[in-house]
Amino acid sequence: MSTDTFLPTDVPPTRPSHKVEQLKPDLLLHTNHHLCPGCGEPLVLRELLEVVTELGAAERTIGVAGIGCYTAFSSAIDLDLIQALHGRAPSVATGAKRMLPDRLVFTLQGDGDMVNEGLQEVIHTAARGESITCVLLNNGVFGETGGHMTSTTVIGQRTKNTLEGRDGSYHGYPILIGDLLAQLEGTVYAARGSVHNAAAVASTKRMLRKAFESQLRGQGFSLVEVLTMCPTGWFIPTADGPGYLDDVLGTVHITGELKADGKLVTTAELRARSQERARRQSAPGQEAERV
Amino acid sequence: MQRLIEGSEAIADAAVAAGCRFFAGYPMTPFTELLEHLARKLPEVGGTCINAESELEAVGMAWGAAATGARSATGSTGQGLALMQESFSEMTLAGLPLVIFNMSRGQADYFQSTRGGGHGDYRHIVLAPMDVPEATELTQLAFHLADRWRNPVLVYGDYLLAHTYESVEIEPIDYGTLPAKDWAVDGSAGGSGKSRLVSSLGMSKDPKRSVDPESLWKDVAKRHREIEATEVRVECGFTEDAELVVVAFGTAAKFVRYVVRQMREQGVPVGYVRPISLWPFPYSALAEAAERATRVAVFEINAGQMIDDVRLSVLGRAPVVAIGGISTDASGFGVGRLLDTEIIRERIESALKGQEVPV
Repeated sequence: MSTDTFLPTDVPPTRPSHKVEQLKPDLLLHTNHHLCPGCGEPLVLRELLEVVTELGAAERTIGVAGIGCYTAFSSAIDLDLIQALHGRAPSVATGAKRMLPDRLVFTLQGDGDMVNEGLQEVIHTAARGESITCVLLNNGVFGETGGHMTSTTVIGQRTKNTLEGRDGSYHGYPILIGDLLAQLEGTVYAARGSVHNAAAVASTKRMLRKAFESQLRGQGFSLVEVLTMCPTGWFIPTADGPGYLDDVLGTVHITGELKADGKLVTTAELRARSQERARRQSAPGQEAERV
Repeated sequence: MQRLIEGSEAIADAAVAAGCRFFAGYPMTPFTELLEHLARKLPEVGGTCINAESELEAVGMAWGAAATGARSATGSTGQGLALMQESFSEMTLAGLPLVIFNMSRGQADYFQSTRGGGHGDYRHIVLAPMDVPEATELTQLAFHLADRWRNPVLVYGDYLLAHTYESVEIEPIDYGTLPAKDWAVDGSAGGSGKSRLVSSLGMSKDPKRSVDPESLWKDVAKRHREIEATEVRVECGFTEDAELVVVAFGTAAKFVRYVVRQMREQGVPVGYVRPISLWPFPYSALAEAAERATRVAVFEINAGQMIDDVRLSVLGRAPVVAIGGISTDASGFGVGRLLDTEIIRERIESALKGQEVPV
């Protein structure tokens, strides 16, 4: 069921309001899941499934799931799926795509899966220009094991094995995976979205659509990295998740398109742009102009 | 048409004849030539061969191809296969057919092949050809058995098998019809409510089952018991009246068979047992041969691995002695001085006299 149309409020409703079950994406078998309250991953799953439906690709899609909390989705997604080992989804997707080149093939991986365990695989898959889409759910933490440092954990972030916060000189520095993959010739599209507010969710959905469309045109490798809330793994109250994401992960892993239409934009450039926007917004003169 | 070709090329041709359409590997001596031949031959039949960036990726790619229902294979030497073990055991649990080639350095990967280096309760069918003609048959059989049992099958070769030129004729062998791969994912079932999931985790899209690893593991164990009951392959020679039974597998077995036949012609009461399937191991055939023998000797090019299975077969019916041992060339490829019929004969004669053989 589409959520794009809104009920008019100036006349009495002609149809009853929706129950959650009625808002379920068509490609979800049921709405039960074992993820924590406040988790950002189900939001990404919803929009991913919506995009597959909107592209009319449900009957020619193969998903490859990595290992993480999102693995629990495997039993609820109504798409043909292959369960891969931790880190190995891009190579498994490669084998499937090479045998069935006209299918839409995507991976669903977390930051531990893709950027820690499977870094080599995703880099080589991008370098080969495999026409698959890797979807990264990046919450900067090993959520499933209970909140440990990953390769995307930001400096200062507290995890169970960076108790006083990640210290670059001791724990090393976070990897900006989007930048790493965007610069490879085989990558045709790379973008970093988020699900911490409605605007970010909408923007991420556009990114997923562009990535899938580029794959269906057979153009090469695409990556959609999505920052997701993990209040459990961040040890914060559930309701603080979106704000923490914006303030902590979101200031290092800046959202935006990193490669599109042959144009490369680095995270540093995205940061400079966002700082410029913030500066303009806080300047009184600019505020007046906008109004 | 008979052709004089290298073992690696013969195995590649046999794989193509068996319908293999996907291969991924990483070069490593003496496996490299198999990858080379498949890189040339698979695209000619519409297949794909990828020179993967690591063994981890090679097996992952083969996994993805196998999950779509394609006949898929990978390979390496034992060293490279060590890197793939996590995927091998997981693919076994996922019920995926896969053919694995081990062009090993010597015979020291017996434990790796038959016990596996991966985690969990799993088994692979292991076929050990003794020469190139047999390798072409067992390669085709491997693809059939992998599909029949939805289980990885390993073809255990070595440097000599990979690099010896022999005259072979390779035609597709019909091992019988197999059920359709209705479990395979081709992307077509999305939105039907009956979409498929190829998983090693015991997960299911049936909300009543959801996650049930215990049932999965029991199903896999049942499958392996059925394989044990039906897929034993063994060659026995002169065991009905042999005082000494010599056990050997793979290339070494061809040397042993030659020597035993020669000694028999001269009236020496020796026989041989050649396990063709290393798993399932021919326990019964060996037990029967040991019933009538006064001694069982094991000739394998390693420090003593298959001898454990021989002892488990013989179960004290006769003394079991090792007459093989570590033997290699300077490169470590396992082609050493022990692969010599004169030396093998001396050792068999010592075993007949009950003398110790230095291993």
